[in-house]
Amino acid sequence: MTGLAIAIGGVLAAVCVLYVALPFLREPDPASDLLDEPGALERRALELAERRDRALGALKELEFDHRTGKVSDEDYRELVGPLRQRVAEALRALELRAESNEERVRAAG
Amino acid sequence: MPELGRAALVLCLGLALFALVGGAYAAATRRRRLARSAQNALLAAFGAAAVASGVLLAALLRNDFSFVYVAEHTSLQLPTPYTISAFWGGQEGSLLLWLLVLTGFSAAAVAFARRTGPDLLAWVVPVLGLVTTFFAFMLVAVSSPFATQVAPADGAGLNPSLQNPYMMIHPPCLYLGYVGLTIPFAFAMGALLARRTDELWIVATRRWTLFAWTALGVGQLLGSHWAYVEVGWGGYYAWDPVENAALMPWLAATAFLHSVMIQEKRGMLKIWNMLLVILAFCLALFGTFLTRSGVISSIHSFTQSPLGSWFLGFICLITVGSAALLMSRLPLLRSRTRMESLVSREATFLYNNLLLVALCLTILWGVTFPILSEAVRGEQITVSAPYYNFFLRIFGIPLLLLMGIGPLVAWRRASLRSLGRSFAWPAGIALGAGIVLLLLGAGSSPIGLVAYTFSAFVLGSIGYEFARGTRARRALAGGSWLAAFAELVARNRRRYGGYIVHASIVLLAIGIVGSSAYDKVKEQKLSPGQTMAIGHYQLRYRELVKRNGPNATEWRALLDVRRGGHSLGTLSSGKNDYRAEQQVSNEVGIRTDHLTGEDLYVITDQINKDQSINFKVLVKPLVNLIWLSGFLFFAGSLVALWPSAAEQRRLAARYRELRALARA
Repeated sequence: MTGLAIAIGGVLAAVCVLYVALPFLREPDPASDLLDEPGALERRALELAERRDRALGALKELEFDHRTGKVSDEDYRELVGPLRQRVAEALRALELRAESNEERVRAAG
Repeated sequence: MPELGRAALVLCLGLALFALVGGAYAAATRRRRLARSAQNALLAAFGAAAVASGVLLAALLRNDFSFVYVAEHTSLQLPTPYTISAFWGGQEGSLLLWLLVLTGFSAAAVAFARRTGPDLLAWVVPVLGLVTTFFAFMLVAVSSPFATQVAPADGAGLNPSLQNPYMMIHPPCLYLGYVGLTIPFAFAMGALLARRTDELWIVATRRWTLFAWTALGVGQLLGSHWAYVEVGWGGYYAWDPVENAALMPWLAATAFLHSVMIQEKRGMLKIWNMLLVILAFCLALFGTFLTRSGVISSIHSFTQSPLGSWFLGFICLITVGSAALLMSRLPLLRSRTRMESLVSREATFLYNNLLLVALCLTILWGVTFPILSEAVRGEQITVSAPYYNFFLRIFGIPLLLLMGIGPLVAWRRASLRSLGRSFAWPAGIALGAGIVLLLLGAGSSPIGLVAYTFSAFVLGSIGYEFARGTRARRALAGGSWLAAFAELVARNRRRYGGYIVHASIVLLAIGIVGSSAYDKVKEQKLSPGQTMAIGHYQLRYRELVKRNGPNATEWRALLDVRRGGHSLGTLSSGKNDYRAEQQVSNEVGIRTDHLTGEDLYVITDQINKDQSINFKVLVKPLVNLIWLSGFLFFAGSLVALWPSAAEQRRLAARYRELRALARA
């Protein structure tokens, strides 16, 4: 029994070590070993995308709440303007960012 | 094969340690292959933990008493299902189950999160590695389930109160909850370490948190039902420290599930949410410490063990480490958004959070007070049920009311006119219900009357929300009412799943109030042939019978039950004398009225030599709503957990855009 246990344990350990070493075995000499990490530009874009999605979600929810009667006409009129403005701002900022990025690529290439 | 079990645990420890050290180094130096290798180590650790668990399970099923654990927790007479449940019936086995679930969840979380945010995942892995290393170390060095001995002829058996079908599912369910809270904690810490203040960690862990919270909630309800039918004292929750230990992280996670919505919708409360995740995880660890340290006496705790100081050290490390990390990232987390009005959905969520956290900390104070009093004054002063009941009313009743108010209030701000229109129906229903209940005599318990009136308000508010949502959806898309209702729920599963969960909490509250504020208790000694009356029931003690079960001698008193002159059949209540364990347990008799949800509950307190019996009989109105609420809770959680295709598409598009940006 002990012999069998040692054998199974040995195989288990070997399989685990092999699996852990797999990234190095698959790519022994990679062109780049750097971890993908969002740069400052990407972080800013992500922040804008979140802001856009948040504003769009809020607008959608406001429309539905108005339809159900939870939000009165007066409240709706008061809230919808700033929300639409927020969506437009976020979209505009994202577009500007995309354009400047394209220009940067064009200039580099 | 104890050697294989030990080897698998040592391997698991090594892999976890590699995930911790290698993973941290890879994340700090941005090494891609090493980070991937550390992720693989976590996945492999699950394999090693599964092998170790397989070895213990095989030993249990083979009644291999050369394993000390098997000999201490099973016997030859023990039925097979309870032999399996003995896996988590003892200290070492339950710790191994914890490790198995932890490595399984870690592997799944890593596998699911590989596609998004590799930099975040790189920091998540060492955090998961740290927790796994601790538990694997405990099993290797402090509390091994693979200790061996010269096999005795038979084992000591399993504690009789654990020989109940609920023990097959209640502890694993709680473990899924406790351990599940590790995943949001690891992602939150990963986000702080990676200096990522966006929502990715929330998106990646949303379902994990909900799953852990659901499992913890269902686990507690199962435990309550086990206490009700098995422990035999007539109640279902005794404010026992170990029961509280499961309730506290659940309350913290409930607060988090609400406040995280404010972060998602308004970009606020980032620091508060981090705090709640840390609190929930630390409380989950604290619960484990309470169960295993022996510092408190509880029916649910394991015996005194050397694990306590290790756990305390680990809790301190996690608390201090995560708090320091949070402090260092405070400038990144400050939100520019402000709350627009104190009358808004986000404001009600905030009030709900404050009440939940206050209740959680009050319970924590009650649980730790005996430990602190012993440390300071040398005597253990226990905080009993009146303390907890007082604070449950103080914080619970407003929480109940807020559950009804929240859905009626719009995000950002609400005018008085909107509120008046939204509140009219639910408030009318509540007022009507209150008057009817008062006329029916519910005023005998003022707090009960208030709780029931508020419950009616919440149910009215939820029903109203579903009704006007369905009407609006139908007006928008046409079709039948049923199709509009299904569409409404499918389009916003989290919101409407949440409402179903709220309805379950109301059922729970109605059941708790009914069975505690309006119950009846009577104790009486009866000889065969004698009768007693309680409420509208008459009981006649017919005879005492004895039979031999597979592992116990069973004594049962047979009672004829009548109500209003009609026979309701026979009820049996008695005691089991477990042979191998040499312990006696109460086997209560329960007659359920499925129409009213009321239970007639008979405890055989003492069987005398002349066959007379000291009975304790309880009538518990509406108690079955508590168990019914469990099904509704699970259904609501399932609706909220179910992935929404539209949301998945939106998130996929967001991260695709960013990847494209990165490539450009």
